[in-house]
Amino acid sequence: MEKRVTFKGWLLPLLLITPQVLVSAVFFFYPAGQAVWQSLFIQDPFGLSMQYVGLGNFEYLLSDPYYRASFLTTGLFSILVTLVSMVPALFLAVVADRLIKGAGAYRTMLIWPYAVAPAIAGVLWLFMFNTRVGVVSWYLGNLGYDWNHVLNGSEAMGLVVVSSAWGRISYNFLFFFAALQSVPKSIIEAAAIDGARFWKRFWTIVLPLLSPTTFFLLVVNLVYAFFETFGVIHTITAGGPQQSTTILVYKVFSDGFVGQDLGSSAAQSVILLFVVGALTVFQFKFVERRVHY
Amino acid sequence: MTLSALKPHIEPAPGMVEQRGLGLWFTHAIMIFGVLIVFFPIWLAFVASTVTQPEIVSPPMPLWPGDQFITNYKKALFSGVNVPVATMLVNSLVMAIGIAVGKIVISLLSAFAIVYFRFPGKKMFFWLIFITLMLPVEVRIVPTYEIVAGFGMLNSYGGLIFPLIASATATFLFRQFFMTVPDELAEAARVDGARPMRFFWDILFPMSRTNIAALFVILFIYGWNQYLWPLLITTDPEMNTIVMGIKQMFPSGDDVADWPVIMATSILAMIPPVIVVISMQKLFIRGLVDSEK
Repeated sequence: MEKRVTFKGWLLPLLLITPQVLVSAVFFFYPAGQAVWQSLFIQDPFGLSMQYVGLGNFEYLLSDPYYRASFLTTGLFSILVTLVSMVPALFLAVVADRLIKGAGAYRTMLIWPYAVAPAIAGVLWLFMFNTRVGVVSWYLGNLGYDWNHVLNGSEAMGLVVVSSAWGRISYNFLFFFAALQSVPKSIIEAAAIDGARFWKRFWTIVLPLLSPTTFFLLVVNLVYAFFETFGVIHTITAGGPQQSTTILVYKVFSDGFVGQDLGSSAAQSVILLFVVGALTVFQFKFVERRVHY
Repeated sequence: MTLSALKPHIEPAPGMVEQRGLGLWFTHAIMIFGVLIVFFPIWLAFVASTVTQPEIVSPPMPLWPGDQFITNYKKALFSGVNVPVATMLVNSLVMAIGIAVGKIVISLLSAFAIVYFRFPGKKMFFWLIFITLMLPVEVRIVPTYEIVAGFGMLNSYGGLIFPLIASATATFLFRQFFMTVPDELAEAARVDGARPMRFFWDILFPMSRTNIAALFVILFIYGWNQYLWPLLITTDPEMNTIVMGIKQMFPSGDDVADWPVIMATSILAMIPPVIVVISMQKLFIRGLVDSEK
């Protein structure tokens, strides 16, 4: 926790720590407290009166079919984003790892999408699948498939999943590639001499050695899909059609700012707070284990 | 029979671990195919930013750049749709740099205090700061918005920056790093009668330079790619950032979007983070791996 050698004095360290504590208090603890407080009240849309309802907002939320649907939507969305971003990344990393020359150049090119903001990624994919001008939707139409994510919920879900996963392929590729490069070549060669073919080596040696990285990426990508994909949803579908892409974070926004239902929005924030807490504890537990690996 | 054929064959056969000939070309082919697919959305956006509106709205649009590059980018940069994109670029730059520098400064100071001093309430402050690791701004948007509005910071750089620097990732990182700095350095400084801040400036700060740079890359991208927060607090188009402003360029209702200008804007929005990521690739990868550990 601390150094054996420390400096004397208590005023200086308190001064040093003040900016961070102040910023955290004003923009973090106070709002978080407010969220908990507001979640116990119902406010009229004009903000004129507040009525204490205890856990009423939570009870209402948990019995609200839309909210429960949003939970399921978030689960499905997150799992799909995680899969769609990790599987191609692992595949590309395994292929790139076989190259002695040129792997660095491919890495430089594959890094690009990571720098593209989720909201911009949303615009790019929206452009390709736009029902009026999109290139991909036009070719799909020629093949006899009538693409319309504005009306079709599953197509909308597919589009937001791919758009969200796209930039993460770069991110996952970087981690998988770094992990693969650190697998000792002698182990691989020993297996090769014993006659193990590429896929056999991959399943029995490489993949188990990658498991800490894989598990770490699983958690990080789930967190990403939960909280950082707002921009994608907002630019492409705005939660529609018929709420089929309304993930939890989007619902906090749409109920709080569009619907002006502050009590419900605050209660949703509190529920999300527990979700993040659980995920963080999970992540930390795992990091501890990884250190001992 | 030549002599070499008599040598015992102890190396793995070619093609078992590393590849030559046909297999190598096949590996490159897969990588190039992967890069092309990952790159396609960016390429298409670039093409769209160099052609005319009629070419886009009568699909399929061309897949090779046209000759309208200068016209479209000039229009985007200096007139835009609601506000010149140049203005939004400046706003994004101020926000991204503000967040990166702000976070680095406050967390360097607080990590120094936490690691190198003993003072009353240290444990409490430590936990107060680290609990903020858990909560992304998306989860506490409504109350945070109310606070920023209460301070009269809507449509201001302060409002864009401060709420986003309240997070402990950077503090956590610097604390980890300071713990690895040899105790002898602080001891020597103390024996020489150096004041704590002198030790900080002359020894600790220069030693942290690489970490600071790596963190800057990560935080710059984080700040640049923010979407939800600027969307809430910048109602004045003059204060829009480019990542959130692009959505505002789409017309409401049935009007046709000005695709060439929108796509030029999306390219402009990704250039700064891409330059940062590509030019500081090594630092970036290090920063990623460190900040996720």
